[in-house]
Amino acid sequence: MKILVPVKRVVDYNVKVRVKADHSDVEVANVKFSMNPFDEIAVEEAVRLKEKGAATEVIAVSAGVTQSQETLRSALAIGADGAILIATDVKLEPLAVAKLLKAVVDKEAPKLVILGKQAIDDDANQTGQMLAALLDWPQATFASKVEISGDTVRVTREIDGGSETLELDLPAIVTTDLRLNEPRYATLPNIMKAKKKPLETLKPEDLGVDVAPRLTLLEATDPPERAAGIKVADVAALVDKLKNEAKVL
Amino acid sequence: MTTLVIAEHDGRQIKGATLNTLAAAQKLGADIHLLIAGSSLGDLAQAATQISGVAQVLVADADHLKDELAENLAAQILAIAGGYDAIVFPGTTSGKNTAPRVAAKLDVQQISDIISVEAPDTFKRPMYAGNVIAKVKTADTKRVLTVRTTAFDPIAATGGSATITTLTPAAAVTKSRFAGRELAKSERPELTAAKIIVSGGRGMGSAEAFKLLEPLADKLGAAMGASRAAVDAGYVPNDWQVGQTGKIVAPQLYIAVGISGAIQHLAGMKDSKVIVAINKDADAPIFGVADYGLVADLFQAVPELVAKL
Repeated sequence: MKILVPVKRVVDYNVKVRVKADHSDVEVANVKFSMNPFDEIAVEEAVRLKEKGAATEVIAVSAGVTQSQETLRSALAIGADGAILIATDVKLEPLAVAKLLKAVVDKEAPKLVILGKQAIDDDANQTGQMLAALLDWPQATFASKVEISGDTVRVTREIDGGSETLELDLPAIVTTDLRLNEPRYATLPNIMKAKKKPLETLKPEDLGVDVAPRLTLLEATDPPERAAGIKVADVAALVDKLKNEAKVL
Repeated sequence: MTTLVIAEHDGRQIKGATLNTLAAAQKLGADIHLLIAGSSLGDLAQAATQISGVAQVLVADADHLKDELAENLAAQILAIAGGYDAIVFPGTTSGKNTAPRVAAKLDVQQISDIISVEAPDTFKRPMYAGNVIAKVKTADTKRVLTVRTTAFDPIAATGGSATITTLTPAAAVTKSRFAGRELAKSERPELTAAKIIVSGGRGMGSAEAFKLLEPLADKLGAAMGASRAAVDAGYVPNDWQVGQTGKIVAPQLYIAVGISGAIQHLAGMKDSKVIVAINKDADAPIFGVADYGLVADLFQAVPELVAKL
């Protein structure tokens, strides 16, 4: 069974992003990029399924600028067997990415696609569900446990107030939540090995997908500042402020 | 011009998030229809007709709609989507699960987590864990939106007089099956609906020490939350997590105990009306957003606070 894992190159989660002075967008020049953390969990899960014998091959795929190759090499270093880059300079929106991924799925015929639940740059939380819709496949989002048995996958997923378990017929879509696993650190030998693994490059045109954006970013701004309040001397002063000034008690 | 809002409910009552979502939908300026999909809905639809600002309540009642499976809920929405210019979901786990499925089938680029409606085609939404607010305009004629419910004050649950329309249930999709649900049983209010929240961070030090916050929460009738650091450390369950990748909350009073104030946590709680921070590190970023900061050892301050309330 083949597993496809889409990965996205995003501004590293440790970077505090800033908006450009003209408010046209976010400043991403000279900042560090990494694999989206939720996608790292997705790669780890796919590799573990392969190590357990539930899968035979893990293919990583990324859509975006040429430098996304580095993100794919990271996935290969974790343990993916091969990689596909869909190279484009167009700023891709989730619907366009889902269409590109559908074309890759049609070509590669995986039985399972594992994606991160959201990317930490646009925070959209859409691509997995959209891909499931375009393929007419069942979905289990926000997964904290994934077990394959025969032609089905059993997924425990995080929901408001607890968790629930779904059983899906394969082929299926799973998106990862934080608790699913802790991704391994790629070892140096594996990083070296990753450089020799196959990486195919395609273009959106090769897949016959129109990736033109639907949204226009009119303005990017800092969130409204919350003014810092005051420090209180002790617990008694705190209780007094809450009762008499803020009147929330 | 009509807007379809997808109701969040538990089979017995309409959940609060629906009222915030309706408030956002009202700003689109069109008539609003409210879809209630589920099974054995009984009086639920009748109660929903009382919500102010709703013109029509649409009811889809079938066994396969019981468990909010995205495949079935999306199919039900798509069956009527043709008649609407905008389809609006609460930004809950259920809304986030289903909305993109609907959007993709309609060939619409969804706009997630809107925090304001600037025009019927222009919205503001947070990105980068709330560090950037984007104003985006869509070229799609239909809009599929999810709503950051804390950004909109709920509309009144009473005073309306909507009509009820019963829908033919869409055909069941059987590729996914519900196998069980474990909801945390708690006497405390739900995190996203609570008026007061007591939250703990890594500074609590252990799962046992975290229990120190329980008397405080009990006394205040508060929900309990946690930072991602506390969840990752295994002190509390994952569904307690407040932050960009967890729950987004905006209570009247948020008490952060032993929480340093990482960006990802602040993104989930900084719309709270009053924020209190208790931390022994005077330089912790949480003090930058707190209305009242107390630099103190939490193991002394929290019991003292309980005693003085």
